[in-house]
Amino acid sequence: MFLQQLINGIALGSTYALIALGYTMVYGIITLINFAHGEIFMVGAFVGLLLVSFFKLNIFVAMVLSMCFCMVLGVVIELIAYRRLRRSSRLSALISAIGVSIFLSSLALMVFGADAKGFPEGAFPLHQLHIGNADISTLQLTIIGVAALLMLGLEFIVQKTKIGKAMRATSEDYAAAALMGINVNRVISFTFALGSALAAAGGVLVGLLYNAVSFNMGLMAGLKAFAAAVLGGIGSIPGAMLGGVLLGVTEIFGVAIGYSSYRDAIAFAILVLVLLFKPTGLLGQKIQKKV
Amino acid sequence: MLVVEDLYVNYKAIKALNGVSCQVQQGEIVALIGANGAGKTTILNTISGIVSASAGKIVFEGKDITEIPPHEIVKMGVCQVPEGRRVFSKMSVLENLEMGAFVRNDKKGIQEAMEHVFQLFPRLAERKKQPAKTLSGGEQQMLAMGRALMSNPRLLLLDEPSMGLAPMLVEKIFEIIQEINKAGTTIMLVEQNAHMALSIANRAYVLETGSIVLQGNAAELAANPDIRKAYLGE
Repeated sequence: MFLQQLINGIALGSTYALIALGYTMVYGIITLINFAHGEIFMVGAFVGLLLVSFFKLNIFVAMVLSMCFCMVLGVVIELIAYRRLRRSSRLSALISAIGVSIFLSSLALMVFGADAKGFPEGAFPLHQLHIGNADISTLQLTIIGVAALLMLGLEFIVQKTKIGKAMRATSEDYAAAALMGINVNRVISFTFALGSALAAAGGVLVGLLYNAVSFNMGLMAGLKAFAAAVLGGIGSIPGAMLGGVLLGVTEIFGVAIGYSSYRDAIAFAILVLVLLFKPTGLLGQKIQKKV
Repeated sequence: MLVVEDLYVNYKAIKALNGVSCQVQQGEIVALIGANGAGKTTILNTISGIVSASAGKIVFEGKDITEIPPHEIVKMGVCQVPEGRRVFSKMSVLENLEMGAFVRNDKKGIQEAMEHVFQLFPRLAERKKQPAKTLSGGEQQMLAMGRALMSNPRLLLLDEPSMGLAPMLVEKIFEIIQEINKAGTTIMLVEQNAHMALSIANRAYVLETGSIVLQGNAAELAANPDIRKAYLGE
């Protein structure tokens, strides 16, 4: 029972972590809470669904293509909705983000209608495995595996590649990075691309997990992932991974001990508690005012 | 090499520069001195492209760079060591130097530049794996200078390299500035420590509330009674 719930929790939590990474990376670099991020996750799920249902593509191929599509979407959103506002007050960009979010979910409502769509049968080869007395599906293991793989890939990019190092430099000191010859705009675009790709992968995985893709799925998932990013320490990449998994596990155990009607409340209760008692989150650092 | 012509810069309603003109010749060390808030840093930041001019022109090696974005200016061979060092504190010394070489793609050249920096600042070589925030103030200044040298600039802009350093370290840093200059890098130096700046510079400009009020040979300026009174504390 414990093992069963733990696996359930980690699988759910890894999808939160995938979305939370996008929030945290964008915040780290331009201190914007990108409220449209949840909708990128939703678009990612729809693109994956379309590719599987209409073009009969393999689910993993569809996921990769959906990630590519959302990379472009994320970059375009930044270009249109945030770039010009970068020097205005942070509130303006935040309002613009909420606008993009409403635009994308309304667009999805118009195009796909209000009811949730499922993946066609056999889109994912589903089997149940029995480990001890736990029933674990191959889908859950795939979610955990894909999420872990993507996060390792992200860690590699951020720690080892030139553009990844430039991302870290820019998030520490925007002006100093520009003075070193780093094209800050390009680094910001790259950050949006990375975050959006991860959200798209999360969208396809969540669509499979619940076998439901709908126009409003980005709202709750986005808010919970945001809570996960704050729990881990906004701006911190390992923090987002940890926060996502912790949040997923807490939520599942909350449901398991009988608080299933408080399921969504759990995430936000954690958000409030973190903000009250440890605003920097588990792995976040005090933000030092740059002089 | 560098010509600044009638430069005006405004920060919203505040006029930071009112028609500043100055020049740097190849091979020189030129000092900009003046009180806090006179506009010294603004001049460097406008040259680097992170502050935009409201009027006037900046020409580097015959090309107008007034409207060019900062990363392109670094590529052209102008690099700044910003005030307060601004090293990337969570990144290692090595990674900081790599960031300094961001505009370059020649592996061999970068390697040579790094060896040159380690020769100039042996301390950095000893600490290359450490995060920059664990370095002392003097070491951070060395790192900031080394980082800028990684792009192999022809013109190096130095903003307050002596800030917050013990007198002995200040002398060491100024010796190294002269060494960098002798190796062929032209230098434009902003300093509140006018005494040190005038002792190594060929020429200097004196800035007061956004305008240049005096200019000339550094030794002559150092002997000027007004300067001695206002900036050298006599």
